[in-house]
Amino acid sequence: MDINLTLIGQAMAFIVFVYFCMKFIWPPIIQALEERQQGVADGIAASDKAHTELAAATDKSEAIIAEARERALEIVDQASQRASQVMADAKSDAVAAGKRLVEAARSEIEQESNRAKDSLRGEIASIAIAGAGKLLNREVDKKTHADLLDKLAAEL
Amino acid sequence: MATEGQSAGEYIQHHLQNLQVCRVEDQWVWNQCSGNFWALNVDSMFFSVFLGLLFLISFRQVAKKANSGVPSRFQALVEVLVEFVDGSVRDTFHGKSKLIAPLGLTIFVWVFLMNVMDLLPVDLLPQLGQLIGIPYLKVVPTTDVNVTFGMSISVFVLILYYSIKIKGIKGFTREMTLQPFNHWAAIPFNLILEGISLIAKPISLSLRLFGNLYAGELIFILIALLGVYQLPLHFMWAVFHILIIVLQAFIFMMLTIVYLSLAQEEH
Repeated sequence: MDINLTLIGQAMAFIVFVYFCMKFIWPPIIQALEERQQGVADGIAASDKAHTELAAATDKSEAIIAEARERALEIVDQASQRASQVMADAKSDAVAAGKRLVEAARSEIEQESNRAKDSLRGEIASIAIAGAGKLLNREVDKKTHADLLDKLAAEL
Repeated sequence: MATEGQSAGEYIQHHLQNLQVCRVEDQWVWNQCSGNFWALNVDSMFFSVFLGLLFLISFRQVAKKANSGVPSRFQALVEVLVEFVDGSVRDTFHGKSKLIAPLGLTIFVWVFLMNVMDLLPVDLLPQLGQLIGIPYLKVVPTTDVNVTFGMSISVFVLILYYSIKIKGIKGFTREMTLQPFNHWAAIPFNLILEGISLIAKPISLSLRLFGNLYAGELIFILIALLGVYQLPLHFMWAVFHILIIVLQAFIFMMLTIVYLSLAQEEH
């Protein structure tokens, strides 16, 4: 427990150790720490920046999607309008064509019936002539009485 | 574990005896140096320098490879310590000094390592030493009052150096003589008051560390006298001592920083 030379030895060792620590240990470690701190700060700043950029990009993409959706709706609208118009046109075309067909058929039927009436008239005339000839016992000259026969046929 | 034929008192005495060497009448004499200032406590010096070198070499390895990338485990530990000391210095010392922070780191780690020797079983190294013919071995350097005074007196010199460097001889003298009572008649009184408060700093610094560790070591030795029953007690005291070890190292560092920051502040 006596105070002795150890005190001076320890003080010298202490001074040497502190000097060594100050020269060769503290500066590189504290520098590395500061660099890492800077790096972490930069990283955080970069991630913040990336975050805001991402938010902006998301906003932009959402706007584009909304616009596209609107546009698509518009196109679909136009298409359906067009389709209904085409349908309506087709319907009216079809109706007109049907009417035309019915008309044609009707006129044909009329012609046909007229023709049948005409031939019936002719036959009736010939039957009448034949009948009259039989009645008169002589032949009616078809040529001389053609006018008469025609008149008759027209009256039938 | 007291050896056969050795009383408890002798056992304790034996454990508290440093291995000393001195020169008497041109001859190296071992352990008959009481009262001789020129004696050297070989065990204290050996362990303190050994632990100091352990600290410096292991930290130097980290410092050489230090980079701002992903740290290795040991580098992370060293960085935690460095940041802890750096933070303590920044909080307390409001000046610019390249010395204070490394000084704090050296004190903290070195004192901690010297205190940790206290956790080794009290008989382990002394018994091994006796096997190779070393009669006395005190393994905890901080239980040697020379070691703690060696450090605190160095700190004291630094306190004086900073006081004079910042305030000048004139300012320092004025502070010593004209405070707390600013009157010429009070100069002797002030000188005594300020002188005592100045001298008290290194003395309290070293005696605090020495007293805590010496008492802790003594209790370990007393517990070791109990035979087999020492084991649970030894364990409990060791667990409690872990706290003391770190705390005393921290207090020594912190008070050094505080004293130096007081020294460089104008009153």
